[in-house]
Amino acid sequence: MDLSFTDEEIAFRDEVRAFLDENLPKDLSDKVRVGGELDKDDMDRWHAILNAKGWLASGWPVEFGGPGWSPVEKHIFEEEAARANAPRIVPFGLAMLGPVLQKFGSKEQQDEILPRILDGSDWWCQGYSEPGAGSDLASLKTRAVRDGDHYVINGQKTWTTLGQFANKIFCLVRTKTDGKPQEGISFILVELDTPGIEMRPIKLIEGGHEVNEVFFTDVRVPVENLVGEENQGWTIAKFLLTHERTNIAGVGFSMKALEELKAQARRIKRGGRPLLENPLFAARVADVEIELEAMKITNLRMLYRAQTQGQPGPETSILKIKGTVIRQTLNDLSRRALGPAAAPFPSEEMFGNAALGEPEDVYAAAKYFNNRKLSIFGGSNEIQRNILTKAMLEL
Amino acid sequence: MDFSLTEDRRMLSDSLTRFLADKYAFDHRGKVAYDAPFHDPALWGEMAELGVLYALAPEKAGGFGGTGFDITTVFEALGRGLCPEPVLGTLMASKLLTAAGADQAGLLDGSRRYAVAIGELDAPYDLDNIATLAEDDKLSGRKSVVYGGNDADVFLVAARKGDALAVYEVTGTDAQVTGYGLIDGGGAAELFLDATPGTLLLDDAEAALTDALDAGRLALCAEAVGAMDATNEILLDYLRTRKQFGVAIGKFQALQHRAVDVVTEIEQARSITILAASRMGETDQSRAVSMAKTLTGRAARLVAEEAIQMHGGIAMTWEAAVSHFAKRLVMIDAQLGDVDFHLERVMAGYAA
Repeated sequence: MDLSFTDEEIAFRDEVRAFLDENLPKDLSDKVRVGGELDKDDMDRWHAILNAKGWLASGWPVEFGGPGWSPVEKHIFEEEAARANAPRIVPFGLAMLGPVLQKFGSKEQQDEILPRILDGSDWWCQGYSEPGAGSDLASLKTRAVRDGDHYVINGQKTWTTLGQFANKIFCLVRTKTDGKPQEGISFILVELDTPGIEMRPIKLIEGGHEVNEVFFTDVRVPVENLVGEENQGWTIAKFLLTHERTNIAGVGFSMKALEELKAQARRIKRGGRPLLENPLFAARVADVEIELEAMKITNLRMLYRAQTQGQPGPETSILKIKGTVIRQTLNDLSRRALGPAAAPFPSEEMFGNAALGEPEDVYAAAKYFNNRKLSIFGGSNEIQRNILTKAMLEL
Repeated sequence: MDFSLTEDRRMLSDSLTRFLADKYAFDHRGKVAYDAPFHDPALWGEMAELGVLYALAPEKAGGFGGTGFDITTVFEALGRGLCPEPVLGTLMASKLLTAAGADQAGLLDGSRRYAVAIGELDAPYDLDNIATLAEDDKLSGRKSVVYGGNDADVFLVAARKGDALAVYEVTGTDAQVTGYGLIDGGGAAELFLDATPGTLLLDDAEAALTDALDAGRLALCAEAVGAMDATNEILLDYLRTRKQFGVAIGKFQALQHRAVDVVTEIEQARSITILAASRMGETDQSRAVSMAKTLTGRAARLVAEEAIQMHGGIAMTWEAAVSHFAKRLVMIDAQLGDVDFHLERVMAGYAA
């Protein structure tokens, strides 16, 4: 066995590091480092920088404008980007819709839509979840009824991440009500300025705005906007969720969080000693560090499998479960390290005001609360256990 | 990056696994593991003939392996077969003999059985508090729970000699050896030394002892991974076939999610063991090994306890294989440093 990267992969890593060094704007990485909320301009700027380099669509094949990276190269890029505190690449167009169109879309859809994802003309968001259909997507109720050369959509979507910045949304809609619920779903593209659509913000637990609900009232969408065939949506949704599950371990984010946690716990004093030398606290840190060290290898083992045997297997659900819990534990320890100093509600005025503490401390509690989402979204960790039950344990 | 076994190691793993499945089937294991000498001397010889012990030593010492991945290959198979043969003592003794540049032909061909006597009642895992004293090549003290000591020809004894630690060879017949069986099968001994003659093997032996202990710890992690795999297979088979309320109990979500957690922990234990194997011989060897022993110890206990719980009353019986795997998995944590001991070693690295 050989756990190290090949010479080519190490050269690639160095190239990525150098690029990030030179091209990642400091104000962006500062904001990411402390856990501040990025606005649309922040994300667009990073999107454009990566696109100019040809590194934006890391999972796309070359013929559609991707860099043609292997799973390992893609992993290296993600890990290095996290280490450098680069903003996360907004996944809806690039990691979700792009691969769906490449596999299921018509030539016209591919030609028209994919370049607009790359150059940032379109910002896509995701219309999957509904108030009564979160992890149980098959029970979704938003209807699309054929009327001549249009579908008429009625219903409600929710948890639409960054929908406030989007101009388009891809939706799962019900096109058939009889038969098995999975067999009556279609995948359709909708422009958000179509009459009858209303988007409302959902304020989250920590006070931030990153998700929305979207209401559809007699929204007319041309039939050409259907992706794949009518009632094929379930197959597409499953394909998309597999793609969503790449980089699901979030190892790079956790490595960064561990580094920050240790620095923080060296800085914070308890009983005249660095908190990191308090045996109870150190034991909690050591526990999660050991889990993360194992996770790194688990992640590489699954990448190796993907690289040598094609698609990653259902084991990626293990990465989701373990990886999210590790990140949440790190956030929890950071919040706990601060004690009452984590209590103030973060505001723009506090951020950057040295009298009110280190900037990364200001957001520690907010980050902890916000990241409780990690074990819920993308198929809750309980749903991941259901997937593993069937696919891996064959129970 | 390459997570596959080399051809040589795959062959070793296959032949040892097959050997244990054929000759060391559950019934046979049950017959030998709990009665003196708590292993099967005839099969020990056959296993040595397979070349298993040679895989534990480097070429310069007469073997053909000795790396971290050689160790994990052998011990994962031993764990899967729940083998109570005293291979661990052989591995650690080989490390010490290699460090001393001593001949180990008898160790490698299986004709001389070695036990390594480091731990004491008040210092079961660590080298800092060893009380056994060496003066003029006479040893005095008590070594406790020496694995394989009940049936060893030679003991390698760690003792305090002046300000430093040394390792002595003590012939089994020269010492008072009180052997006994272990709750999870296999044997051990208390070694009572009272001006017992020994032959100095290594002076200033702390580094060599640490290296031998690290190798032993890595071996135990791999053994645990193998035993966890086997336990998990038994558990899944049970969940698929055992019916309650008219359905296989594996259909109940309460059990499904716990079974997934069991598999998840096994995969994490496998990963950290691979990591530790890759770090052998590097400067962070001890830290990596301690990380592995911590995570593996915790995972092994979880797998054991969950397997018992999900089997219900059946797992409480002597007849069920799962009960014996569970015992080994729980007790493996107590060998060469438990979760807390190794967690503390990892934490110690935080003090700047």
